[in-house]
Amino acid sequence: MPETATLVTDTELLEQHVAQEYKAGFVTDIEQDTLPPGLDEDTVRFISAKKAEPEWLLEWRLKAYRDWLEMKEPTWANIKYDPIDYQSISYYSAPKSASDGPQSLDEVDPEILATYEKLGIPLQEQKFLAGVAVDAVFDSVSVATTYKDKLAEVGVIFCPMSEAVQEHPELVKKYLGTVVPRNDNFFAALNSAVFSDGSFVYIPEGVRCPMELSTYFRMNALNTGQFERTLIIAEKGSYVSYLEGCTAPMRDQKQLHAAVVELYAHETATIKYSTVQNWYPGDVETGKGGIYNFVTKRGIAAGRAAKISWTQVETGSAITWKYPSVILKGDDSVGEFYSVAVSKGWQQADTGTKMIHVGKNTTSTIISKGISAGNGQNTYRGGVKILKSADGARNFSQCDSMLLGDKCGAHTFPYIDVQNPTAQMEHEASTSKIGEDQLFYCNSRGIDAEDAVSLIVNGFCKEVFKELPMEFAVEARKLLEISLEGSVG
Amino acid sequence: MSLLEIKNLHVGVKDAKILKGVDLTVNRGEVHAIMGPNGSGKSTLALVLAGRDTYEITEGEILYKGEDLLEVAPEERAREGLFLAFQYPVEIPGVSNVYFLKAALNAIRKHRGQEELDAMDFLTYVREKMALVKMDETLLNRPVNEGFSGGEKKRNEIFHMAVLDPVLAVLDETDSGLDIDALKIVADGVNSLRSEERAFIIITHYQRLLNYIVPDVVHVLLDGKIVRTGGKELALELEEKGYSWLEGEVHEEAVAHA
Ligand SMILES: Nc1ncnc2c1ncn2[C@@H]1O[C@H](COP(=O)(O)OP(=O)(O)O)[C@@H](O)[C@H]1O
Ligand SMILES: [Mg+2]
Repeated sequence: MPETATLVTDTELLEQHVAQEYKAGFVTDIEQDTLPPGLDEDTVRFISAKKAEPEWLLEWRLKAYRDWLEMKEPTWANIKYDPIDYQSISYYSAPKSASDGPQSLDEVDPEILATYEKLGIPLQEQKFLAGVAVDAVFDSVSVATTYKDKLAEVGVIFCPMSEAVQEHPELVKKYLGTVVPRNDNFFAALNSAVFSDGSFVYIPEGVRCPMELSTYFRMNALNTGQFERTLIIAEKGSYVSYLEGCTAPMRDQKQLHAAVVELYAHETATIKYSTVQNWYPGDVETGKGGIYNFVTKRGIAAGRAAKISWTQVETGSAITWKYPSVILKGDDSVGEFYSVAVSKGWQQADTGTKMIHVGKNTTSTIISKGISAGNGQNTYRGGVKILKSADGARNFSQCDSMLLGDKCGAHTFPYIDVQNPTAQMEHEASTSKIGEDQLFYCNSRGIDAEDAVSLIVNGFCKEVFKELPMEFAVEARKLLEISLEGSVG
Repeated sequence: MSLLEIKNLHVGVKDAKILKGVDLTVNRGEVHAIMGPNGSGKSTLALVLAGRDTYEITEGEILYKGEDLLEVAPEERAREGLFLAFQYPVEIPGVSNVYFLKAALNAIRKHRGQEELDAMDFLTYVREKMALVKMDETLLNRPVNEGFSGGEKKRNEIFHMAVLDPVLAVLDETDSGLDIDALKIVADGVNSLRSEERAFIIITHYQRLLNYIVPDVVHVLLDGKIVRTGGKELALELEEKGYSWLEGEVHEEAVAHA
């Protein structure tokens, strides 16, 4: 006699879907110039010397290092991991051929170019997505920055941080550490001590950056940490849209990524910062390997009507600890945070934002979409702080969680601190299990479970995707699809 | 061979028995109406046909095109031409109706060995079908059923049906919550799709819809069993006497058999 039990249940199907392979997990075979594991003042000196940095920057690094020694790793996040042995990590790794720095794309190791091609990153100019300038960071160094000349025509500076230190020391000195102080937190202090490279962007007054700026980070060397530092400065009335993408090969060991991003927006300037993060999440079955992504991102909307907008699509990493924040200092300034975070397999994500309202009539918007699958744990942690000075401040927060399957979890921790009674706060939250009803409805129209999941999840994330630049919205959608699809028989 | 043969179907959820031995045979070209009071098991029957796995089939079988339907996954059933217009259509936030239908239609076309339609061809095709149910164009681009009024949801189901071109369409209380104009539109939609090749099972609570869609056979489902089968006049009789008329009969029967 037929039984319904012979039909595969939605839950089983879901579990098959989420058991997928990481598609960027290949290792590039090139010679690396790598510092042996270990961290002390000499490590810091070595990195600084390698980059021929001025004395003040070495001093700044050393102070950060000493601060870090006194600091404790934070434990408040809703994540669990074995203690990190900071002495077992290598703090500097560069492709060997790049030790004198590639002068042009032709000098970049073809293996590296091939790596980026495999990732679908258009490094060679003819293959560019129209209007996207790319800086590619491979382990610790920046290997290529394209479109530099075209940007220079309008006065936009877009270069590796290490180059900015040489070419524009006054700007670096003026802004470095002003948004994320050297000793802001444990991971930021570590980054300040040993940061290797990253991107530097400067948009002069009144300039609308003529193209999307983009950086791709890829971690390749074994046992290497990646500590890039990005600084974006937008002068009065300027506009820039910046996107970072990240991947790493599959490794059995955990790898540490502790980046710092600082955004500084002057009067009426807008900085739009988007992230598509696809670091290796670790083995889906066992949780072995993967990236620890401990990142400090903060922007200051310093001038009147300045605007900072963060958009992130976080599908990778074993652990994500990340709270892109905005200090709304200027009157009428605007802060936005749009986030999609996926935790599947054994991934843990504790992410959210902080909006600190200082100026009058400041407005912030938070849209967070958490997706948990497999054994994944997803936590939204958001803080909205309205200071006394912030008359007429407004915040809208919406945090939605979606669960795929019944072994995963979603957690929401909204912190609200209102010190000014004129503030208008609006908060909405929802948690839904990916509707069995929704899945069945799709199935009953001929759509199989795998396509149904990607359809429903993409619909769920729509408000965030529409904030991404066109080309990257497509990429993000695909990434989400890949990361949630599996081998349905 | 009959299109659909349900034999002695028993269905339950956990310990509760919902369907208690349903027999039903539907041939191509026929329109069957299933009537019955709330809670009699009409939606359960419809959902079991579509493949909802929350229900446990404890006894009986269902043959569709001569094959064991219960062995077939819900999406495969749909691709084989089975369609359910839901009593409570489901909202899918953020997914536009047109995108959803394109995915659905192309999954079905692929199964049939037809070429998938691109966005342009699909739009042309869909516009034709919209006219059939007098659907407002704006509903195409809105997320599936999200924020639709009750009537819009029901019309949307008929629209989906028209687009997906099923062989056996089961309509679960598509008429409830519709005003008379919407009811006529839905009925016109169904009538225009009536053909020799296609069959319908129209589930309804009221006889009203059957003034516009004239059924070949009417069944009355009471407490999980089909207690009466007749021609279209049975619907009118029910309208007049109410379900209690049959309930009484069933009761008497039960007593007589005791
Ligand atoms: N998923 C379910 N879980 C528990 N009980 C159910 C479920 N579905 C239906 N029932 C019960 O089965 C009976 C028949 O329901 P239903 O098929 O929806 O009837 P109808 O559509 O005729 O109103 C009702 O008593 C209802 O409460
Ligand atoms: Mg019902």
